[in-house]
Amino acid sequence: MKILSLNFLTCAVKACKTSPNSYPLHPKDAELVQDELGLKPEMIISVLPRIDWEALKSTCSELGFPALPEAAPTKEELENDEKILKDLHHLLLETSISEGKLVCGNCGHEYAIKEGIANFLLPGHLV
Amino acid sequence: MDLPTPNTSHVPYERVYEPAEDSFLLLDTFSLDTERAFLRERFSENVPLVVEIGTGSGVVLGFVNAHAQTLFGTRRILTAGVDMNAYACRATVETARRAERDNPSTHGLYLGSSMGDLTTSIRDHEIDVLIFNPPYVPTSEMPLQPDEFKPEPAPSQQPSFDDDSYLLSLSYAGGKDGMETTDRLIDSLSAILSPQGCAYILFCAQNRPEQVKQRIRGFGPAWRAETVGSSGKTAGREKLQVVRIWRESDSA
Repeated sequence: MKILSLNFLTCAVKACKTSPNSYPLHPKDAELVQDELGLKPEMIISVLPRIDWEALKSTCSELGFPALPEAAPTKEELENDEKILKDLHHLLLETSISEGKLVCGNCGHEYAIKEGIANFLLPGHLV
Repeated sequence: MDLPTPNTSHVPYERVYEPAEDSFLLLDTFSLDTERAFLRERFSENVPLVVEIGTGSGVVLGFVNAHAQTLFGTRRILTAGVDMNAYACRATVETARRAERDNPSTHGLYLGSSMGDLTTSIRDHEIDVLIFNPPYVPTSEMPLQPDEFKPEPAPSQQPSFDDDSYLLSLSYAGGKDGMETTDRLIDSLSAILSPQGCAYILFCAQNRPEQVKQRIRGFGPAWRAETVGSSGKTAGREKLQVVRIWRESDSA
């Protein structure tokens, strides 16, 4: 699963939906794999407005990547700064989690990731 | 528009739903000029997140992702899959990967697949295009939900026939009127769809799609539900149909 997925995922426990601590999920013991993809600046530029930047910054630092800028870069900044463009391309599109866990900051439930597939099915008592 | 269907020759059909008339009706519906025009217009400004629930083999999601340029008029779409069946998730990853490789100049960005119950693991108001080919066959009981990840068995180890028929039952058994799962999804639509979001849901005649469409229109004046694709007419009734559900922003 690509790192970008984490920007759209949250805890599956219903009671956690209203808690700000349930998003983003926290990667734990994550094994990362890299796919080399051609740089597509227009993909990064157009996907950026729909990214939750605060959540991405937290995911990025928890996975041990270099810190992202405090505020999301603007379209103009991206067009003129190849480094940040490449960093985002690498983080969002080229990097996937193959094994590990995603942990909810509210209820502490750990969702296993195996072979790149996260399991959000809940045991009966949590549904 | 006749676009190539993704290769699913790697999919273990003894435990993952095999592409059938319903899957192909979804492919045909997305290929229609009317749907391509709808999607292009609706998502011309921003990158849509396309989520398919119950991907099975991945033939539908793999198709939409592979032909992003032709269907959406842009390669800038994000796609993701959800299925309760771990084998289906793994099959979809491979189907999407192969279809991207076979369509190098038109595909979108497939983010991955996860196991889950409907969209409970996805943040509210994020989904722009929801695709659902539900378990729609009326059955007297609903199968229990699986809650653990079963590793792929070693080649020497045969999964039992019971395990396999249980996994397949998840793909078709719909309980009362074949609507128990679909009703849960419909109830959540206003929370899960983005403001410009839309859903494509497949129904069979026993699901009483006319009543379902009326119910959705009752959500509010902006809500629309129309049949946009159908197949297998018997005695004037469509056997299968795809209903597009969306909100008209000018009347919201």
